[in-house]
Amino acid sequence: MLIDTVLFYMFAALVLGGGVLTITRRNAVHSAISLIVSLLGVAGLYLLQQAEFLFAVQIVLYVGGIMVLFLFVIMLVNLDLAAKERQFNKQWLVALAAVAAVAAEIGYFIYRGKDAFHIAEPATMALAPPALGNTEMLADTLFSEYLLPFEIASILLLVAVVGAVVMAKKRI
Amino acid sequence: MHPITTVHYLALSAALLLIGTVGVLTRRNIVVILMSIELILNAVNINLIVFSRIWHNMDGQIFAIFVITDAVAEAAVGLGILIALFRNKETVLADEIDLLKW
Repeated sequence: MLIDTVLFYMFAALVLGGGVLTITRRNAVHSAISLIVSLLGVAGLYLLQQAEFLFAVQIVLYVGGIMVLFLFVIMLVNLDLAAKERQFNKQWLVALAAVAAVAAEIGYFIYRGKDAFHIAEPATMALAPPALGNTEMLADTLFSEYLLPFEIASILLLVAVVGAVVMAKKRI
Repeated sequence: MHPITTVHYLALSAALLLIGTVGVLTRRNIVVILMSIELILNAVNINLIVFSRIWHNMDGQIFAIFVITDAVAEAAVGLGILIALFRNKETVLADEIDLLKW
């Protein structure tokens, strides 16, 4: 169990450190690199939670797809001028209120201790390992129980493709 | 050393959500705002995966896949809008785009 603990704290440090660097860096490329570090940490957490398929999806799709898209746009849009300007706007009061609200919530739960989280710990922790692999079980559920949402998601992606082209193209 | 429980994961996800929220609320650069939204969606995903694990149920992972799909669609359309915006206004700072503000 010790290795689990060590790995969790390592990935948590990656996630939070990358996240903080993402929102504080002046250069947008540095922000994107930090975000990649953070996403890789999240992928490690997926692996610790035995979600192997999502681990692969996270790396291939997020790091390989979305972040490359971000970097492309950063290169397309001239950010040199923006990097010289003030980086933060004047809404720190709203942000402080949001942070304070969630901090109060977390503080309350820590104060309540284990009782607040009785829902979070399952009664039967040590079940037999599942007969099927993670990907097989995921596919079984996705293509039987969640078939309609799956098709709706495909329509969403089609709309997104059309929308992105319409937005980015100069003349249609 | 305590073993890692679900609560650890929930606290981590809450912290990541907070970082993302602060990024969305305080940054001026639209690219960084979109990246902060990705942080928020990842915080949600961590929660979904953890609950999927402890209840031995695949639904959480399915929803995580849907959230990732949404993130892809949002990033594609958002960055397309950003390119159109930059072409017309020559700026990527969110508070300089105030055409509708009287």
